[in-house]
Amino acid sequence: MNAAAAIPASERRLEREVAKRRRARRGAAIAALSSLLILGGLAALVLTSSGWPEVRETFFSWSEFKNAFPEVLEGFWLDVKVFMGVEAAVLVIALALALVKISSSAGLFPLRLLSIVFVDISRGIPTVLMVYLIGFGIPALQIVKPAPDPAILGAIALTISYSGYVAEVYRAGIRSVHRGQHDAALAVGLTHSQAMRLVILPQGIRRVAPPLLNDFISLQKDAALISIIGPIEAFRAAQILQGENFNFTPLIAAALLYLAVTVPLARVVDRMGGSEGAVR
Amino acid sequence: MSAPVVEVKAVTKAYGERQVLSGVDLTVGEHEAVALIGASGSGKSTLLRCIDLLEEIDDGDVFLDGEVITDPAVDPVAVRRRLGFVFQAYNLFPHMTALQNVMIGERYAHRAGKAEAEERGRALLARFGLDGREDDRPDNLSGGEQQRVAIARAFGGKPRALLLDEVTSALDPELVGEVLAAVRDLKAEGMTMVIATHEMSFAREVADSVAFLHDGRILEQGPPAQVLEHPEREETRRFLSRLLEAGRI
Repeated sequence: MNAAAAIPASERRLEREVAKRRRARRGAAIAALSSLLILGGLAALVLTSSGWPEVRETFFSWSEFKNAFPEVLEGFWLDVKVFMGVEAAVLVIALALALVKISSSAGLFPLRLLSIVFVDISRGIPTVLMVYLIGFGIPALQIVKPAPDPAILGAIALTISYSGYVAEVYRAGIRSVHRGQHDAALAVGLTHSQAMRLVILPQGIRRVAPPLLNDFISLQKDAALISIIGPIEAFRAAQILQGENFNFTPLIAAALLYLAVTVPLARVVDRMGGSEGAVR
Repeated sequence: MSAPVVEVKAVTKAYGERQVLSGVDLTVGEHEAVALIGASGSGKSTLLRCIDLLEEIDDGDVFLDGEVITDPAVDPVAVRRRLGFVFQAYNLFPHMTALQNVMIGERYAHRAGKAEAEERGRALLARFGLDGREDDRPDNLSGGEQQRVAIARAFGGKPRALLLDEVTSALDPELVGEVLAAVRDLKAEGMTMVIATHEMSFAREVADSVAFLHDGRILEQGPPAQVLEHPEREETRRFLSRLLEAGRI
């Protein structure tokens, strides 16, 4: 910094800087103009369409919004509880699955077989179907009486569905750590499990944090799926209000609430991706 | 004379079809430094990895202080705690500081208390000229500094012998000297070492004996002056003259 400032700028350097500034100004002008054209055009297309006044009333009514918001928010609170619980459970279960699947110890053979089957099933069945099967199947077994809360059953189904994916994300992270790290850990006298815990996992998990959080964004939306077995979460609450008032605004309210949790997380993921090179 | 620290007897090792070691015998006495020389792919690294039980040998045996360590009944973790290994590519733990890198063995393999391990770690770094770099991550250190941290890490476990695998091969030429100085220093202290190396002048200076590995066998072994100046075998002569042509001697 200081050394650069100490060197007096030559003619050529000043010329280059002027050119660079000119390019930057032109770029900004083009970006502004093209945004105005494209976004303005889209807005004009929607606002001048013959159905717009009707859509405005049925989807974007301020009074309906104010009216519906408290109930939708209450429903959304259930979504939040569900996805937070599921995220915590998935982090732990998926790690256990990944570790079992990666281990080579003979004693773990049955567990390894089970975890392979589990991951296949959990990834292979559509989440909506999983919610249905768990939501109606478990109560029918009548193991626990009275039947568990459907919101909990839905959360279990989501946990099963996402554990398989996240287990594979973990496994990819563990695999991505160079073999030399494992060698070095053994060479300093660590056991295999110490090497995993102190050397491999901290590096592997850090590397897959962005795809892992990406799965969580997806999970936060899928929390709405539990509504098909009864619990009144944001989407279901909005649907009920829509049915009562023949107005779709409550659904927009629900959509905004989902966005309120997924967009910030998406920004966190973006930032992680951006700094990846700097991390190492 | 007491039992040799490391003894390799008739060791063979193949990776699939490729026979890497085909009957290696090597004896390393207390305070002795043996330089392993030979072309790339001659099995130098594999031999060191077999001694540290990072690879399983196919046949033969390796002894540490007279006890066989390549027996299925022997716990490899306990053996590795008695040896130190320095890798060509340093293999420092990138998510840990220099201090944490040199403490980890003390702390988790040798079960020292945190304060004690930290004190020893700081002393180790200082010993290898790295005071002030305790809190730096490996990617903030130069190659020479990283390799010195790696040497400190291997030395920290108070090993019976140090195994050094081409410790200067990944370094820029101007950084080689500082790492060799660290090894020289260990030799002066009487550390028993097996040094796989391409640095012939260094082998001549530090090693008590030079072993030439060719096609998975030790073809000749003796004092550096003898093996490097008056090799008996044609293969050794050819290897040395190739190095000479490349300006590496």
